[in-house]
Amino acid sequence: MNWGVITPLIIFLAIIFAIGIWSNKLVLKSQSFLEGYFLGERSMGGFILAMTMVATYGSASSFIGGPGVAYTRGLGWVLLAMTQLATGYFTLMVLGKKFAIVSRQYKAVTLIDFLKERYQSKAVVLLSAASIIIFLFSSMTAQWIGGARLVESLTGLPYSTALYIFAFSVLVFVIVGGFRAVALTDTVMGVVMFLGTLILLIATIKAGGGVSKIISDLAAENPNLISPFGADGSLSPTYVSSYWILVGVGVVGLPQIAVRAMSYKNSKAMHSAIVIGTIVVGVIMLGMHLIGVFARPVLPGIEVGDTVMPLLSMKVLPPFWAGIVLAAPMAAIMSTVNALLILVSSALVKDIYLNYFKPSASDNHIKKVSFGATAVIGVIVIIFSLSPPDLIVWLNLFAFGGLESVFIWPVIMGLYWSGGNKYGAITSMIIGMGSYIWLDRFYPNAFGFHTVVLPIIFSFIFFVVVSLATRSRTATESIRFGK
Amino acid sequence: MKKTEAPLDKRFKIAHREALIGVILVIINFIWWYGFGYGLGSEKVENYHYIWGLPAWFFYSCIVGTILMVILVSLTVKFLFKDVPFETEEGENQ
Repeated sequence: MNWGVITPLIIFLAIIFAIGIWSNKLVLKSQSFLEGYFLGERSMGGFILAMTMVATYGSASSFIGGPGVAYTRGLGWVLLAMTQLATGYFTLMVLGKKFAIVSRQYKAVTLIDFLKERYQSKAVVLLSAASIIIFLFSSMTAQWIGGARLVESLTGLPYSTALYIFAFSVLVFVIVGGFRAVALTDTVMGVVMFLGTLILLIATIKAGGGVSKIISDLAAENPNLISPFGADGSLSPTYVSSYWILVGVGVVGLPQIAVRAMSYKNSKAMHSAIVIGTIVVGVIMLGMHLIGVFARPVLPGIEVGDTVMPLLSMKVLPPFWAGIVLAAPMAAIMSTVNALLILVSSALVKDIYLNYFKPSASDNHIKKVSFGATAVIGVIVIIFSLSPPDLIVWLNLFAFGGLESVFIWPVIMGLYWSGGNKYGAITSMIIGMGSYIWLDRFYPNAFGFHTVVLPIIFSFIFFVVVSLATRSRTATESIRFGK
Repeated sequence: MKKTEAPLDKRFKIAHREALIGVILVIINFIWWYGFGYGLGSEKVENYHYIWGLPAWFFYSCIVGTILMVILVSLTVKFLFKDVPFETEEGENQ
C-alpha cells in the first residue's frame, strides 16, 4: 500500500461525498423530486454546464484506455483523439437553443420525455428506454472496470476487492445525491481532470528529457510512432477520419450528453459553456493522449495499456502529487458512472414505470422507487464487471456507436425537420441499432470506416424515406410541432 | 397559443442559424486537422520538420488546430450568438 498516493485520493473522495450529501438536502427541499433528482431543476450556470459535459464525456477511455492505446500506437492516436475537440462546441451549438426551448415547452426532464412528446409514440419511448438500458449497461461496465483497475494498481488489492470499494463509493454517492449532486461534483472533477492533465504532462516531459529528446527516442525505436499512421502503419486516414463521426459530431446522439443540453439556466450559461468546454476538452484530450505517447521512452515495455497512466504518475511525480493526478481518472470514471446510473434509472423509473405502470405515483413513492432502481442497477453492473476484458476503450466505444446510431436522427431531425414523424423515428432507431450490431459482428470496418459510419447513414436514409412515405398519416402531428 | 407565435418563430430562427454555425465550425475544424495531419504527415519520417521538438504535421494539426478552434469558437459565441429567453409565458403556471 502506497499511503502517500492514497491519502490525497481519500481526501478527494471525502470532498465529493460532502458535496453529494449537501446537494441531497437541496433535492429534499425542492418542489418536485423528479426534476430535482434527474435534472437538477434546469439551474446550471455556464461553468457547471461545461464541466459536467466534459466530466461526463471524459471517461475511463480518455484517462486510462486512451493513453494506453496512444502508448502502443504513437502520435497517430493523438491525432485520432483530437477528433473529440468538436464535442466541446458542436453538441451545444447544434442541440443548442432549439432543444432548450422545445424541451421546456414539452416539460421534458429526460431525452426520452422529449422524444415521447415530439413523436407521440409508445414504441419510440420503449425502444429508447431499451437501447439506453442495453448500451449504457455495457458502457457502465467498462467504466467500473476502469475504476476498479485504477484502485487495484494504486492499492495492490485484488481486482474484486478494488471493484467493491469503487462501486460502493459511487453507489452511495449517486443514490443520495441525484443529478444535482452529479452536476456539482462533476464541476470539481472537471477541474481536477484539467489540472491533473497539465501537471502530469509537464512532469512526463521533464522525466523524458524534453520534447525533442522524447520524439527522437520514439523515432529511434520505430519511426512510425511519430507518423500519423500508427506504430504498425495501420491507422488509415479513412478510418481515423471516421472518428469525427464516432467521437466528434455523433456525440449529439448520446443521451447522457443530450440531457445536459436541456438542463442549463439561460442562453448566457450556454454561451460560456461552449467556450469553456472547448478549452477544457482540447487541453484534456491533447494532454492525456500526448502523455500516453511520451510515456513510452520514460517507461518502456508496459504490456497492459490500461496500466500506463497509473504507473507513469507514480514514477514521474512525488507521491502526494501522484495522488492528486490520479484523482483525475478517478474523477472522470466516477462522474461518467454517476451520469450513466442516473440516466439508466431515469429510463426505468421515469420513462417506463411512471409512464406505463403507475402514472399517479406520489412523490414519496417515486423517491423510493428511484433510490431502489439506482441501487439494483448498480449491483447488476458490479456482477458484470467481475469478469472483465482487457482494453476497456473498445467496450466503451461499442456502447457509444450503438447509442449514436439509435438516437442521433430522432433527436436532430425531431428538432429541425417538422416532416419527421414517429414511423420514421421508429424505423431509424431499429435500423440504427440493428445494423450497428450486425456490422460490428460481421464487417467491423466496411470500406475502411469505423463501424459507426454506415449505421448512421442507414438510419438517416430510413428516417427520411419512411417519414415522407407516411406523411399523410401524421399531418396533424407536424402541425402541432410547428406551431 | 396564438399569441406566442411571433416570438417563438424568431427564437427558432436564431437557434437554426446558430446550429448551422456549429456545422460550419466543424467543417473548418476537420479540413484544418486533415490537411495538416495528412498533408505534412504523409512524407517520409526522415524528411519531417520539427517545431518545438514536435513533428510539424502534429504541431499544426493538433496544437495550432486546437488553439485556432478555441479562438474561432470564442469569437463566434461573442459576436454571432444572441441571447434569447427559454421560457414561454404560457408555460409558467406556478
